[in-house]
Order: sequence, then C-alpha cells, then structure tokens
Amino acid sequence: MYAILEKRRLAEGIWLMKIEAPRVAHSAKPGQFVIVRVDEHGERIPLTISDFDEKEGSVTIVTQTIGASTRKLCAKEAGDTIADFAGPLGHPSEFVHLAPEELNKRRYIFIAGGVGTAPVYPQVKWLKAHGVEADVIIGAKNRDMLIYTEQMKAVAGNLYIATDDGSEGFKGLVTQLLEQLIAEGHTYDECVAIGPMIMMKFVALTTRKYDLKTTVSLNTLMVDGTGMCGACRVTVGGKIRFTCVDGPEFDGHEVDFDEAMRRQGMYKTQEQRAAAIAAEREAGHQCRIGLDK
Amino acid sequence: MANRIPRVPVREQDPAIRATNFEEVCYGYNLEEATLEASRCLHCKKPRCVEACPVGINIPGFIAALHEGDLRGAADIIANDSSLPSICGRVCPQESQCEGSCVLGVKGEPVAIGKLERFVGDWKLDNAPATAEEIPHNGKKVAVIGSGPSGLACASDLAKVGYEVKIFEALHKVGGVLVYGIPEFRLPKDKIVAREIDSLRRLGVEIETDVIAGRTVTIDSLMDEEGYDAVFIGSGAGLPRFMGIPGENFNGVVSANEFLTRANLMHAYDGQYDTPIYVGQRVVVVGGGNVAMDAVRTAKRLGADATIVYRRSEKELPARQEEVHHAKEEGIEFKMLNNPVEVIGDEKGWVKAVRCIRMELGEPDASGRRRPVEVEGSEFEIPCDVVIMALGTSPNPLIAATTDGLDTDRRGCIVADEQGATTRKGVFAGGDAVTGAATVILAMGAGRKAAKAIDNYLQEGK
Repeated sequence: MYAILEKRRLAEGIWLMKIEAPRVAHSAKPGQFVIVRVDEHGERIPLTISDFDEKEGSVTIVTQTIGASTRKLCAKEAGDTIADFAGPLGHPSEFVHLAPEELNKRRYIFIAGGVGTAPVYPQVKWLKAHGVEADVIIGAKNRDMLIYTEQMKAVAGNLYIATDDGSEGFKGLVTQLLEQLIAEGHTYDECVAIGPMIMMKFVALTTRKYDLKTTVSLNTLMVDGTGMCGACRVTVGGKIRFTCVDGPEFDGHEVDFDEAMRRQGMYKTQEQRAAAIAAEREAGHQCRIGLDK
Repeated sequence: MANRIPRVPVREQDPAIRATNFEEVCYGYNLEEATLEASRCLHCKKPRCVEACPVGINIPGFIAALHEGDLRGAADIIANDSSLPSICGRVCPQESQCEGSCVLGVKGEPVAIGKLERFVGDWKLDNAPATAEEIPHNGKKVAVIGSGPSGLACASDLAKVGYEVKIFEALHKVGGVLVYGIPEFRLPKDKIVAREIDSLRRLGVEIETDVIAGRTVTIDSLMDEEGYDAVFIGSGAGLPRFMGIPGENFNGVVSANEFLTRANLMHAYDGQYDTPIYVGQRVVVVGGGNVAMDAVRTAKRLGADATIVYRRSEKELPARQEEVHHAKEEGIEFKMLNNPVEVIGDEKGWVKAVRCIRMELGEPDASGRRRPVEVEGSEFEIPCDVVIMALGTSPNPLIAATTDGLDTDRRGCIVADEQGATTRKGVFAGGDAVTGAATVILAMGAGRKAAKAIDNYLQEGK
C-alpha cells in the first residue's frame, strides 16, 4: 500500500497527488513513468512521473479524470492509500545521458499540452539543475485549464503560453506559436513534445518542415508496463516497438501516430461503459438488470 | 502384486457447463480413487518413470506409500525432489515424461502419476502445512528476483537451511506465470497457488511486490546498498513474440500474454474488476502450445467461437495432451496445417479476418519434427474479430541490460552453468530466464539446484 501524502486540484478534472514511494523516488529519472493500481479491483494504469523527491521518498503524479479508473484514483484523498505504485518504468529522457559539455550547447524547446505539462516539468527542472535553460510552450484550452505555469516559470528559460480561446497568452495552437517563435529568429536543436497524441502528431509534422529533431512521449495502452503484454506496441520507423520498454520517448518524426491513436481506442467502448457505470454508482444508482456485471 | 484394472477415470466438470465458467476442469481423485489407482503400479525394478521425470521424483516410492495409506510418507518422498506437487501434478506434460515411460502404457494405459501427485500435493496443503518451527538464521541474506516456480522453489530451500530470503516481484501479485499465465480453470489461484505461497511465508520468506529488477532496483543496488550476499534471478520468459506479418497492429490483434494477463492476473472476466477484455464474436488463436490452448479456452469461456490455427499437424502439437482433449470437448475448432500470412482489417483498422495458407509436412527439421511447407496458391481467409498470437516468449532483457558482467546468449537467455551460477560472482539464475520458455517442473528443479549452489557458495565461498 502506498500513502497519498498530498492531493491538490490543479484545474477542472486535473489532480496532483504526491505518493509515498521511496523506492521509486530513489530510482526515478525524468521521462519515466509508473504503473498505478488504485485498489484490489483496479486496472494497472500507466502515468508519467511529474516530480520526485528522493529525500522525502515521494513521487508526484498528475491525473486527468478521463475514464473509470482515473476517476477512481482521483476520488482518493490525502491520507488514503492506493494498492500499487510500481516503477520507475521505461527509459529516462535521452538528455540525462549526455556529457555536460555537450548538454550545455543544446537549445531545447519543450511543448506541453494539457495534462502533459506535468511530465514536462521534471525534464525542464532537471535541465535547469544541469545548467540548461530550456524554452517551454504550454498549451491549453483556456486559462482555467493551464497547469504548472508558476513552477515552470521558475525552471524554464522563456515560458510561452498558448490557449485556444486566447484567454491567456497567444491565441491559437502550440504549433502556430512554435512557427511564430521560429519566424522571430529563435533557433533550437531539439523539440520535446508531451501532450495529447493528436498534438504530438501535429508538432512532429510542423518541426519536420524545419528539420528540428523532435522527441515525443507516448501514452499508449498498457497492462503490465514491463514488456510482457505488447498492448503498447507502436510502429516507429517501420519497426514494431514496445512503448513500455523501448520508450516511452521516441523520435516523433518516425512514429506512426495514426496507428497509435487508433490503437489507443482499442477498449474505448468498454471503457466508456465502465465510466458510465461508475458515474451511475457514484450518483447512488444500483443497477438491477445486471449491466454492471 | 499389481492390480490389473483399467486406469481409474478422473471426475471432471461437464464440458458444456465448464465452457461457460472459469472453475477448475478436473476435480482430481478422492482418497478411494487414488488408492485404487495406486494399486496399478507395477513397482518396476528399474522404474523408467523416475528416469523420465525432470527432477527424478521417486514415483514408485510415493505411490507405494499412498497405497498403504501413508499420505504423509508419500508427501515426504515427493518433497525430496519437488516443492510444488499440487502445481506440477496439474500442469506437467506427464505424457511425455513419467506417464509416457510407464511400462503399463505399452499395452494399455499408464498409471495416472500426475493425478496421484496432485492428490498427494493437495492432501499436504490441507493437512500438513509447513511447520512453523523456528529455523535459526545463519546471518546471510539472499535476494530472489521473481516469484514464479523457480523463485519459489529456490526461496523455499534457502529459507529451510537458515537464510534470510526476500523475493522481489515486478507485478502486484505473487506467483509469476502461475498467476498471470495459467488460467484458473487449469490451476486454481486461491485454492492452490496462494496456499503454496502462504507456506513459503510461514518459512519466513519475505515477499515485496511492485519491484521491477533493472528499474526499481538493480542487481548491484541489491548487493551493494541492501546487503544481499547472493542473488537468484528467476525472472522467467515474459516477452511475447509476434509473427511480423502485415496487419499485425490492427485493433484486435493481441499477444496471448496480454490476453491471458487481462483474464488471469487482472480478472477481466469478472465484472467486479475494472480491466477490459475484448473477444468479439470469433477468435483465432495462432499457435499449438499450452499457452495457445489456455488462450483459446479462455476466449471460449468469454463467449466467443474460438479456433486454433497451427502450422503443423495434430501429432506435433506441443501442448499437453489433456489440454488438447479438453479443448476439443469444449468445442474448440482446430485448423491444423495452416499458417497466417496476413491479418486483414476493416476501414477503421479493426481486424476482420486472418488470411492463412495451407501447409504440408516435408522433411524433418532440426527439431526432428517434419518441417511445414507452404502449399502454393492455397490462401484462404478466416473471418474473425480477434487474433491472439501464441508463438512463444523470450526472456526480458531488463536485468541483463542493467547488470555489468552478466552474460546472455544470442536468444537473450542468461548464461548459467548446470548449478545456476552465472558469469557474475554471487549471481545465480534458473528457469525460463536461462532456458527460454519451458516447463514449471524444469524451472522448479533449476531453482532448487541453484539454492544448493548458493548455499555452497556462501558457506565455502566458492
């Protein structure tokens, strides 16, 4: 059992939880993820690590309530426990292996979309701690859905905001803002995009025009997260790769996003049904005709 | 004198009923039936069954004790060579091991050694739990990676001679392939596996779940930071293979590992659990081993029409005879001598059929089995919603990739000698992680051998 040390609402349906998990905190590096199982009946869900504190023995995750399982997780409160918290999984971001003199020369632009802003934070924070100030674009639907802006400001070089409705920062898509920055003369050696699959697809399409190396972090379906099931397989550069053990970060220009997005929907109908049942149960309804069986 | 009666039939769930539930198929013998079956053993002077047993259980010995009603004695005789009789009695391929060599089998039916072993093992779980007597600690610590058959066996033997043993398991549940791979209807989890693990805990073995060796901890961190004097790696062979044919990434193509993990480990077939599983109307399982049989019978139980597609003929099916027999009884269709060449999807990217080509058997290959050869121009389609690939598995590279000096061969298997010693001092390995996917009994045997080697190493420093 793993204790929830802290829980905070970041935006509508987006929650931050700090979990007591000393082993994970001890080994975690930017770019890695964990598998969480809320309770005995829960799914194993992969969540990217948003922060970790080895001294405190804690790992922070940020979750958006999108299905029955994330809803179940976010219904937990500080002081409660969750059944399982396994990790860190996947490879750390490539830059943690770079030699300092090489790292210092590189200019990074991070593009964070929605809840994907959370896992961008430990990467930018790590770079700052290693003497590199990366530029960051945070994109969200509107001002209310922006998360992590204050923390990011503290570790980023330049921080840019893009909202769909213009309620804060640039009005428009992150890709438009990126093109504007490039047009203004900003130059970068690498772009790291983390967010919804569709955003990462279009970031990759945009950066290809500029021949800008682009790394994306894929949030595919997973069961075990250790290479056993293959539910997370994606086509990268024409080859089948497992997101859990070969990723989660890949060369965005090589990923077959259309296939990856389609594969994400493999259990959609069942998930939607489960979410509907969970919502009904929450509202106090008990199914009498066995639909929840 | 041996009783010259036919083999005592074993009671089973009715096929029509069991094809709709996940309860155990075979009820096993009761005392009366077991005693009667035990009376059939000829007690050969040179028992071929013992030679054919991968761990050399004194089979005529335990059968004699059982026949005399000395169940404790029978259990003790088995325990000399096997630590998991209830499990091996259920999942060993007896027809190619002990029973396959039984003299009675030449003209009639062999002694039901597996069913007798199972009976004795279950009796032991019910009546003689591992004694809670205090074992004095010898002050040395051993870490065991993985809680499958090899890890359980290794941990148990080491704890019995005084080592402080801790098992590290990557998943949330203990048992490895016994819980994620083998279905409930073949190996009950609470009734059998959980109790084997309980008896291990009573020996003082600690188990920590959610620890992925190579990620959460490494072999080095266990030895250098956590003070383990030796490590046993029993991490199994969990990486699924795919065919590499077009269309394999369509929605609806899954590995048998994924399908079975959803069903067995995550209980996806039980509405109380959150994990989804999808079978559609028609499922095709590619492969002919035990995992293929487990997957196809699970799909059937979830309500699908289920078919096996296998590239060789029925004679070459590597699955246990009993599983093939049970699968047929349950209405599984077997399409032998066919091999998929492409998965066909609909416009939305979901599986709608699998295109196969007919095969015929040619000259024997390296395995001694006749090589299947494609019959030109014989392609045809089998309409289906789900294709499950049960083509075998290979060891997970995580541990080897994060441990300096731990050699693997070209198949990714950890290199270890007969006793389990790897190329790293103090690090031992056994089971599927060393051999590639094999059987529970071989893994169990390897775990016990390694326990002996670890004991020698730590006592004598060699």
